[in-house]
Amino acid sequence: MNAHISIRSVHKTYGSFDALKQISLDIAAGEFITLLGPSGSGKTTLLQVLAGFVSPSSGSILVGGEELLTKPPHKRNIGMVFQNYALFPHMNVFENVAYPLKLRRVAKAEVERRVRGALDMVQLSQFIDRSVDRLSGGQRQRVALARAIVFEPQILLMDESLSALDKKLREQMQIELRHLHERLGTTTVFVTHDQREALTMSDRVALINKGAIIQVDRPREIYENPRTRFAADFIGETTFLPVEVAADGGALLYGEPLRLADRAPPAAGRHWLALRPEKILIRPADGAPSDPQINAIPATARETIFQGDSLLVIADLPDGQTIAVRVVAQERNRSLVPAPGQSIVLGVHANDTVVVAGDE
Amino acid sequence: MSDAVTAAAPAGDTGLLARAERRETIGLALLTVPGFVVVALLLLVPVGWLFALSFVDKSGALSFENYLRMTESVYVITFVTTFQISAIVTIGTILLGYPVAYLLSQLNARAAAICMIFVILPFWTSVLVRTYAWLVLLQRRGLVNSWLVGMGVISEPIPLVNNFLGTVIGMLHVLLPFMILPLYSSMKAIDPAYVKAAANCGASPLRAFWDVFFPLSRPGLFAGTVLVFILCLGFYLTPALLGGGRVSMWSMQIATNVSTYSNWGAASALGVLLLVVTIVILALLNRVFRVDKLYGGR
Repeated sequence: MNAHISIRSVHKTYGSFDALKQISLDIAAGEFITLLGPSGSGKTTLLQVLAGFVSPSSGSILVGGEELLTKPPHKRNIGMVFQNYALFPHMNVFENVAYPLKLRRVAKAEVERRVRGALDMVQLSQFIDRSVDRLSGGQRQRVALARAIVFEPQILLMDESLSALDKKLREQMQIELRHLHERLGTTTVFVTHDQREALTMSDRVALINKGAIIQVDRPREIYENPRTRFAADFIGETTFLPVEVAADGGALLYGEPLRLADRAPPAAGRHWLALRPEKILIRPADGAPSDPQINAIPATARETIFQGDSLLVIADLPDGQTIAVRVVAQERNRSLVPAPGQSIVLGVHANDTVVVAGDE
Repeated sequence: MSDAVTAAAPAGDTGLLARAERRETIGLALLTVPGFVVVALLLLVPVGWLFALSFVDKSGALSFENYLRMTESVYVITFVTTFQISAIVTIGTILLGYPVAYLLSQLNARAAAICMIFVILPFWTSVLVRTYAWLVLLQRRGLVNSWLVGMGVISEPIPLVNNFLGTVIGMLHVLLPFMILPLYSSMKAIDPAYVKAAANCGASPLRAFWDVFFPLSRPGLFAGTVLVFILCLGFYLTPALLGGGRVSMWSMQIATNVSTYSNWGAASALGVLLLVVTIVILALLNRVFRVDKLYGGR
């Protein structure tokens, strides 16, 4: 039932615009993969290609060894949760969920049983006779999900399916979807522009920009170890500082040597140090000499912004750039928060010191 | 925040706010007054007057004579003809108009705008001119008959006009846009994602159309059907010219009673009956299409 998907050199042009540029991606059977990218990056186009609503200009997609692209949408046996759910307004909840089964000529009693099963799974059994326009956004989302899984498709596609929900509900649905996926084990392709959502839900994240895949990795890997400036910039709030890498792999930041983790050192030349607010420690400028594992960057505190769970300290770097440092709002960190104008040292552990190549 | 407002405003000011709100409501209501007056003066009063007249016989006495006369065969035949033509023309506009409206709704905005001009173009020409044009085309030695004879399809010209067929052709042409326009606007409102979702569920294009697109286009179909059918019931000019005196429609009986016999009472009774029948048909059509239940009426 769960299919391995092999996307091979899929290319799509609209006139002179390349929406998808030779995309190749292998998705393991039962995997939950997220296509993450800014709007217009081509992630939805790729999903539409999988669903059969967009024909690529060239390329091939094999599902379980069979060519998918030659099949019309209704013969692909792929479940999809649309961005605005696309629940049929003239059918109630039961009729919506039963529709794929009706088309497959499933016996009436069996339809009843499976619709109830699918609605149970999304915790909506009590709304079975409800008209869809009397459901809340979250409930519609669940009905759309039930409709997409009721016929046990080989692949499940989701197009920004949570973006219309408010934050709390969205976070709850992310966890629920994750659990549902663990139970069903259906190969799932999820599209979102929300990096946190991608990191929370996926087995792997495929970062897409301008029609090309930038990086495909497990969430932790893509967050901690971005390979390009775009990847580091799109995922997380990142400040970039210019770094000179010498031929021997030694890196210099503001003329001082920079200690890097034991990763493959980048090629010689001008690169970027990618700094995330939560990776930085604040220490007073006149503090004791530091741990050799920690890179020290001098800075001047400018202001502190209260954000509830954390404080954001804004500081100026020697070259005039501004950097943000996140401090968890708890009593023991109180002494870390500098006064405006105070000279401080920003400490970054070598393992958190990520140097990425520029994009162009 | 509401606490602050309450605290800042003394108790007396609440009344002031309520008055301001009431003034605004009254102001809005006043804006609709001209519309109501026009409707009352130009619709309700004449209809009421007609209704009253229909119960007055030629001598001026109160009676049901005008209604009893309608059982005469000439009226029964006219009644049946009127409904036959209205039904045929309505079904014809649905069969011709639905595919056109569907095509228009699927085109991109630019192409749809261009095609729409051809739908609306006839509106810019008077019905009289268009009806005479059909007369020219369809007559014995008209364009259509000469072609058909010339191509050897028929040996003798066939009667295309001054009969039932001519009336239906002319009315179809005049009324087609009234079917296409409401259908188009209702089809345009159907989110293409619904049809995609149906395909994704496993529906073939034809199946997706019948299960999803067609039911969602019913409001437009209902509006178009009602519009065309009711316009048909009262149609005068086209049947009068293209029927060649052989087709008698309800509206023509009304005209004859007024202009030839000056019998306002009889004409009124015919008018009242037409109005009642129209309302009944509206109710029946609503039953068939179940428009009231289409959205959230479950």
